[in-house]
Amino acid sequence: MTTANQQALAKYKNDFLKEVEANVEEGHWVRMCMQCGVCAGSCPLGPHWEHSPQKIFMMIRAGKREEVLTSDSMWMCTSCYNCIVRCPRKLPITHIMHGLANYAHRLGLAPKGQPTREIAKLFWNNLIKTGRVNELKFSLAMYFKDGFSQGVKNALAMQSIGLGLMKAKRLNPFEILGGHRCKDAAGIQKMIAKAREIEDRKKGFA
Amino acid sequence: MTTPIATQQTILVVGGGIAGMTAALEAAECGKQVILVEKTPSLGGRTAQLYRYFPKMCHPTCGLEINLKRIKGNPNVRVLTMTEVVGVSGSRGDYRVTLKVKPRYVTEACTACGDCARAVSSEIPNPFNYGLDKVKAAYLPHAMAYPLRYVIDASIVGTPEGEAAKAACKVGAIDLEMPEETLELSVGSVIWATGWRPYDAAKIQPYGYDRFKNVITSVEFERLADPHGPTGGKLLRPSDGKEAKNIAFIQCAGSRDENHLRHCSRICCMATLKQTQYVREVYGDEGKSTVYYIDIRAIDRFEDFYQNVQKDPNVRFVKSKVARIAENESNGNLILHGVDTEGYHRYANEHDLVVLAVGMEPEIVGIPLPADLVLDTSHFIEGSRTGGMFGAGAASSPLDVNRAVQSATAASLRAIQVIHRSATTEAA
Repeated sequence: MTTANQQALAKYKNDFLKEVEANVEEGHWVRMCMQCGVCAGSCPLGPHWEHSPQKIFMMIRAGKREEVLTSDSMWMCTSCYNCIVRCPRKLPITHIMHGLANYAHRLGLAPKGQPTREIAKLFWNNLIKTGRVNELKFSLAMYFKDGFSQGVKNALAMQSIGLGLMKAKRLNPFEILGGHRCKDAAGIQKMIAKAREIEDRKKGFA
Repeated sequence: MTTPIATQQTILVVGGGIAGMTAALEAAECGKQVILVEKTPSLGGRTAQLYRYFPKMCHPTCGLEINLKRIKGNPNVRVLTMTEVVGVSGSRGDYRVTLKVKPRYVTEACTACGDCARAVSSEIPNPFNYGLDKVKAAYLPHAMAYPLRYVIDASIVGTPEGEAAKAACKVGAIDLEMPEETLELSVGSVIWATGWRPYDAAKIQPYGYDRFKNVITSVEFERLADPHGPTGGKLLRPSDGKEAKNIAFIQCAGSRDENHLRHCSRICCMATLKQTQYVREVYGDEGKSTVYYIDIRAIDRFEDFYQNVQKDPNVRFVKSKVARIAENESNGNLILHGVDTEGYHRYANEHDLVVLAVGMEPEIVGIPLPADLVLDTSHFIEGSRTGGMFGAGAASSPLDVNRAVQSATAASLRAIQVIHRSATTEAA
């Protein structure tokens, strides 16, 4: 168990709703949910999640901390915003889902190997190096995330699309050598580090 | 028409529904002079369009009949139909009111024989049945209409049909030259009993009221159940006239929703519980009702009514706000999609007919009003700054008939106090 998780447990004891309100982006909205179910019924990916937003909100109120934070449901959100548009109480449901996912990740409780989480991690690590996304490296990292042989299979399957992108000059093979970058990559990294420091202090992770 | 005489001792009541009639009568029976104006051609308002009342399941006709009898017998009330208020100025005890009277094209000589309607062939959507059927362009608004006079619709005035109607009238009651009139009155107090309208269900996009024929509103369902309605009291669905025996009722259609009406319309739960009993009345055990709800709010002492409906094996309750409706194109049925809150089960339920329990929106929304009036965030009338104007009935809050009458009586008393005070000040 991570230290951050132990600290949160000690601080909020059994009051998970309070913990969410204090630490999750837009978490203060959770208690406004009136359990009508429109978000759950409107979600295009609804049948594929274990816990609908409506259920997650009720689980938070019921103090099911472990089950909520280890759930893969909030990682399944595609940000289509159907739930926000239809919610009769105007809860920013999409944002709460992302807030919960982020909080679970920071506590080290998010499900291991969850594809959305893996992509998010790869994207972030790719971006902060140069301040620009290196799409070639990002794609390759995606292909090879499940091992070398699976990576080759993925790359072969996507071959024609890759060639098409190259022909259309949307993909530069020389990006593999390092690629384009910001003028001041070190400056970007400093900014990100500072932002992270501020956020950690605000959310009690420092 | 003769201009009614009005003074600062007169009370103006705007709206001739159950609340307006009550407010006018209570003041008139206390000896005050009252002018009752109504926008449509007859009194009764939306109450007259109901099939039955909850909780006693009696018909609105008897309540209306009593009130109409009181009005007919009271010389203190002057009724102006087809009349709208277009301007109000002044303050407590001294208002100048401008009224616009639309032509009815039928004078007080009308005997309601119906010869004009027989002479006319063109039809208009029947406002009494929310446009579910048609009525001749020369028509009596409804069976209990007061004043008991026909109306010539403006669409046939100046056409050969209008002339035919005029020629058919044996008593010469049709005046196709009748002008629109503007009246200026002086009154001491104004009671706004402007009532409510059903929220525009087409705005609730996922429910497809504008796309699916078999999605109707609760007020339309009242008309289907009524023997005077378009189907003669049979519960036939609009797409193919098939008997609807498996009916879904969706609660909070527009109400309690930041995207539509913020307020709880308060009456819709009871209205739906009542309507499930219409289904039972028509089909017995063959008729099935399913109520989709967020939570049932059977206002105050009607909890026992709810409990009795819960015991009915033909009524099922699903705790869920329906997310979306799709149409089964092969049979015109509707498929309701959502997730219930008691177990979080995903459902896709098919029904013959969907009734949206639409919310109550104040009828005054979108109309310029005197600056003196104070409205709440949902546009219900709270009162007036100078204290001389009052809201009554559903114009003041979403109310059922019973509470609308109580509210109107209270407003009437306040208006009498205004008149009384200005009378004593003048004497002193």
